Amino acid sequence: MDALMLSRIQFAVTAMFHFIFVPLTLGLSILVAYMESRYVSSGDEKYLKMTKFWGKLFLINFALGIVTGITMEFQFGMNWAEYSRYVGDIFGAPLAIEATVAFFLESTFIGLWIFGWNKISKKAHAVSIWLVALASNLSALWILLANGWMQHPVGYVLRNNRAEMVDFSAMLTNTYGWLKFFHTLFSGYVVAAFFVMGISAYHLLKKTNPEFFKKSFKIAATFGLISSLLVFFVGDFHAVEVAKTQPAKFAAMESVWETQKALPYNLLVVPDVQNEKNSVEAIGIPGMLSYLAFHDSNAEITGLKAFSPENRPPVVPTFLSFRGMAAMGMLFMLLSLIAFILSLTNRLEYSTTFLRIMFYAIPLPYIAAQLGWIVAEVGRQPWIVYGVLKTSDAVSKAVTPLQVWGSLIGFTLLYGTLALVDIYLLTKFAKKGPEEDLSSIIGPSKGQEV
Amino acid sequence: MEFQIIWFILWGLLWAVYFMLDGFDFGAGILLGVLGKNENERRTIIHTIGPVWNGNEVWLITAGGATFAAFPTTYALMFSYLYTALLLVLFSLIFRGVAMEFRGMGSTEKWKKNWDRTLIVSSFLPALLFGVAFGNIFKGLPMDANGYHGNLFTLLNPYGLLTGLLFVLLFLVHGSLWISLKTEGDLGARASALAGKVWFVLLVVAVSFLVYTAFVTNLYANYLNNFVWFLFPGLAVFSLLGIKLFVSKGKGLAAFYASCLTILMVTFTGVIGLFPNLIPSSMDPNYSLTIYNSSSSVYTLRIMTVVALVFVPVVIAYQIWSYRVFRRKLTVDETSQEKGSY
Repeated sequence: MDALMLSRIQFAVTAMFHFIFVPLTLGLSILVAYMESRYVSSGDEKYLKMTKFWGKLFLINFALGIVTGITMEFQFGMNWAEYSRYVGDIFGAPLAIEATVAFFLESTFIGLWIFGWNKISKKAHAVSIWLVALASNLSALWILLANGWMQHPVGYVLRNNRAEMVDFSAMLTNTYGWLKFFHTLFSGYVVAAFFVMGISAYHLLKKTNPEFFKKSFKIAATFGLISSLLVFFVGDFHAVEVAKTQPAKFAAMESVWETQKALPYNLLVVPDVQNEKNSVEAIGIPGMLSYLAFHDSNAEITGLKAFSPENRPPVVPTFLSFRGMAAMGMLFMLLSLIAFILSLTNRLEYSTTFLRIMFYAIPLPYIAAQLGWIVAEVGRQPWIVYGVLKTSDAVSKAVTPLQVWGSLIGFTLLYGTLALVDIYLLTKFAKKGPEEDLSSIIGPSKGQEV
Repeated sequence: MEFQIIWFILWGLLWAVYFMLDGFDFGAGILLGVLGKNENERRTIIHTIGPVWNGNEVWLITAGGATFAAFPTTYALMFSYLYTALLLVLFSLIFRGVAMEFRGMGSTEKWKKNWDRTLIVSSFLPALLFGVAFGNIFKGLPMDANGYHGNLFTLLNPYGLLTGLLFVLLFLVHGSLWISLKTEGDLGARASALAGKVWFVLLVVAVSFLVYTAFVTNLYANYLNNFVWFLFPGLAVFSLLGIKLFVSKGKGLAAFYASCLTILMVTFTGVIGLFPNLIPSSMDPNYSLTIYNSSSSVYTLRIMTVVALVFVPVVIAYQIWSYRVFRRKLTVDETSQEKGSY
């Protein structure tokens, strides 16, 4: 394998691994912050216990999100030097802003949150975790505006043998980036909601601490219902934006070969890439695909054949990932709705089958999020910056296949170990349930200077 | 002033502040086994850096991000040329972060011991490798029209290793001063005594570094053109001597500040010598990466300047506040009773 292929694999491995932790951080930070706010405003220790229990799981996950994120910043330069050189004038800015505006905030206040019990006021302590949540979400904004630019480059000119920024506000207001941001954000909230519901379901089935976990479940169910509706709603607009700006990706997502008007949405499709057609197309809803693409059931959709084969993304992975993600998105709305109703009507404990489903559903939003990224990134191929720079021209010239083999094996071993530690710790603390002894936090203060 | 020069200064400043802050984390991490005689002492040492190390490390991420945004060509070539060395730094930073966060989450002796070992190694390696990398940058990298002609082993030349050793020693003194400043009783006293001893080795290495630099680098050329710049290495030497003076007088805080100043000034000394290069070529000056031939457009630099001027002061303000929240000295007894943190 050449350095290009190896670097692509490595980027996929490290980015996908990083994105196991990011979505949970985005959502769980908000849930924990909400719980602590409830504690501060009501003084009810139940909420403090919740903050501590879910906060512990949050921290395990957060630590891994941080350390695997450093890899991403290094990797652009290490493996994708030609890319970094060619678009650094534009792409570097949001990354530097992300560090300045979000990472400092996140890292400083997580330290205050972990070590600050008893050292700062209750209110300031709750504000700390809100700032961590805000900063995580802000960092998502900047990195997704950067990714949005790779998907739909705006506000630049090609000169001096590279792409140069001429309109910063165009990047800031890039619709593609904002849709991607909200879609990703809400998907993270769904991950967190299902995480909390799933672990709560486990304890409700075991009948350990039912009050505690019923309350946790209810908060998460409400959050999950809102988020799963929002992620779907934003996703719909996101698809329209893709159809407009990245027709080849959209055609691959739906496996459309011929350019046609008023296309139906076929529930069953089997792509046949070799013969540039679908071998099966069945159970069609008339005009539906055109509607999904442009919110107009008569609209014309550009087929894959309009693009020369070397300019088409890999159809099968893009198509399957998109279908999988969309189907799961609908499932999440359904499950959240049931969860919400059962919570509200106090029937949760008796619905053992549903609790069991919710426990086993923990990994599903994670998978859906990964599939979404496959659609976004594989669907953009062969481009690294859509229409501007090909992935094959972006790889570092100075890096040898041997070096990338070394780093790829290194990452695989390292990340494999981290995954085991993560699962071990999460399981350990999730199973253990909430800490009953809160004296170390709200005990008598230890005579410190103020 | 030209935007390229502004960003050159900021670039140097970001690295200097990063070394000043994460420097004591590295030092404390390396000394975990030497100074921490038992579990409670080791936990106390970790607790001195626990609340702040994360925020300190972001100065590195920002230095990297700023290099990317302001000097993309330098970022691209530096990171791809130093691939294996940076990979080792990266792996160390990952291990270090995980060791800090996870060591307190297991209950067995073995769990803690393994993470302690991880922390020691992953604090030592980046300290050394940052030094090696900067030593080689001072010296220039072997690069020409055909790209880069080096590898990990060419970086491990005597000058690179000497600079690596200099960094490790600076951070060891810095870290032990930090521990002595933040802990009470026996642990603090031992840390202070250790700083005093390591200081002698640091002095010898620092002098050798300054002399060796004259032979293998062009760093002094800028100084000979304008003697004013000698202020910076002068201050570096001055504050280095100050460390010893304050340590022997038992003034912990002053000694630590002197150590901060030393690290800042040592970094500046190197950076001023580099100007206007970011990475000189040791083969042909025409292929040196300068602030002019590797910078972003003036448009981008202007935007980044505004961002930096608005947000960096805010960052500094809340980081100082956070240091103030945790300014109280820790005692080993108290830390052993505390739950829920590291």
